[in-house]
Amino acid sequence: MSFTDVLLLMFSAILIENFIFSRFYGCCPFLGVSEKPETALGMGMAVTFVMTMASALTWVVYYSILAPLGLEYLKTIAFILVIAALVQLIELFLRRFIPALYASLGIYLPLITTNCAVLGAALVNIQEGYSFIASVAYGFAAAIGFTLAIVIFAGVRMRLQFADPPRAFRGFPLTLVAAGLLAMAFSGFSGFSFG
Amino acid sequence: MAELLMQILVPTGIFAALGLLLGVLLALASRAFAVKVDERVERVAECLPSANCGGCGYSGCGQLAAAIVAGEAKPTACTACSADAVKAIGAIMGIEVGNPVRMRAQVMCSGTTEYAKKKYAYAGAQDCLAAANLGGGDKLCPNGCIGIGSCVAHCPFHAISVVQGVAVVDYRQCVGCGVCVPYCPKHLIQLIPYDSAHWVGCMSVDKGQAIRGYCDVGCISCKLCEKACEAQAIKVENFVASIDYSRCTGCDKCVEKCPRKIIWSARKQGGGLIIEREKAKKE
Repeated sequence: MSFTDVLLLMFSAILIENFIFSRFYGCCPFLGVSEKPETALGMGMAVTFVMTMASALTWVVYYSILAPLGLEYLKTIAFILVIAALVQLIELFLRRFIPALYASLGIYLPLITTNCAVLGAALVNIQEGYSFIASVAYGFAAAIGFTLAIVIFAGVRMRLQFADPPRAFRGFPLTLVAAGLLAMAFSGFSGFSFG
Repeated sequence: MAELLMQILVPTGIFAALGLLLGVLLALASRAFAVKVDERVERVAECLPSANCGGCGYSGCGQLAAAIVAGEAKPTACTACSADAVKAIGAIMGIEVGNPVRMRAQVMCSGTTEYAKKKYAYAGAQDCLAAANLGGGDKLCPNGCIGIGSCVAHCPFHAISVVQGVAVVDYRQCVGCGVCVPYCPKHLIQLIPYDSAHWVGCMSVDKGQAIRGYCDVGCISCKLCEKACEAQAIKVENFVASIDYSRCTGCDKCVEKCPRKIIWSARKQGGGLIIEREKAKKE
C-alpha cells in the first residue's frame, strides 16, 4: 500500500464511510454525550486516542497470536479482552504521568472501554486485510470522522435548545430527526470515487 | 474425539492464559503507576450526595471532596447534603461545623398570566435571557418572572416547573443547591431557609401607582405589613417589602393585612411543609 493509498483510505474513513453516518458504529456516545460541543470534543479526543492504540494492538494480536493458531473465529472476544485491558492500562498510565490529559479525558476514557466504534475499527481492519500502517491510519481517521460528526451534531443540538418545536417533537425525537438530517447531508460524500 | 477435545481445550487454554497475562499486567501496572490519593477524599466523597449537581461551583461531587480535603472549600459547601452528612464531613476533616441551615429556592413573583398584563406576544428563542433582552420580556412588569423557564431547564433535581407563566419551585424536590439562581435574568430566585414561614412574592421596585397599571398582585409598598409585624421582621424598602427570615416568628399578621395577598405562608404539617397563599382579588 503506497502513501497515496493510505491518505485516500483516511479521507474515505473520515467523510465517505463516516463511522457514525454510514456504518452506524458509536451511535450511543453520538447521542449520549453530544449535548455540548466541549464534552463532545472530549469524547472525540478519548475515542481518537483509544481507537488508534487499539487498531495497532489488535492487529498485532490477530496476526501474531490468533492467526498462527487458527483461532481467527475468536477475534471478537479476543479484541474485547485486549481493548478493555488496554484502556485500563492507558488510564493508569495517564493518571500517573500525564495528569492534565487524564483530567481532560476524565470519565470518557472508561466509557469507551467496550464502545462498538473501537471494536468496529479493529474488526474492519482485519476484514479488509489492511497492513499494520494502514490499520493504524484507518483507526485514527475513523476516530477523527467520529469526532467531526459528534462535534457538528453538538453544535446542532445547541441550536435546538432554543427552538420551539411542537410538543410531540420536544427533546429526544427532535434530536433523532436532526441526526437523520445530518446523516443525509453526509451521504452527499458517498458520490466521491477514487477509481 | 481427541481432536475435538483439542479444538475446545486449546482456545480455552490460550484465552485463560491471555486473561491471566492481562490481569497480572494490570495488577502490576496499578502498583507501578499508583498515585497517592488522600484517603479522606474518598471518605468525604461517600458523604456527599453524588448527584453532581454543580451547585457548589465544582464540576462534581468528586472535585468538591478533593477541594474540601485540600482546604479550598468549606465542609458546608454542599447545600444538598443532609445535616448528618455535613457533620460526618466535619468529623473526617476534624473541623467543628455548626448546624447547617437547609435552604430552598423560592421564585419571588406571583404575577401569573391571570394577574400580570403583557405588553407583547413573545415568539422568539425559548430562553429567558433572550426574552429579557427584547424589551425586558413580555410582561409589563420590569421585574416579573418571564415564565419561559430557563431555571426549569437547568435544575439538576427537576424541582422547578412553570405554572401559568411563573416558575414555581417544588420544595419537596428542591435541595437548595442554587444552580437555578444565576439563570434568572430578573434575579427573582432567592435561597431562603427551608422552614421560613412567610415570604413576599414580589420584587417589583416600581411605585404603587405604576404597579396597579400592570399587575394585580404587585407590592404597592403600602407598608401595612411593616406596621402589623410585631417582630419588626418585615421592611418596605425601595418600594418593595422584604422579610428578615431570622426575625420572622410566623405570626401570620402580615399575611392577613396584605391587600394584594402576595405574602405567602408555609406551615409545617406532619413533617412536611404546606405552602399556600390566599387568592388575590382582581381589581
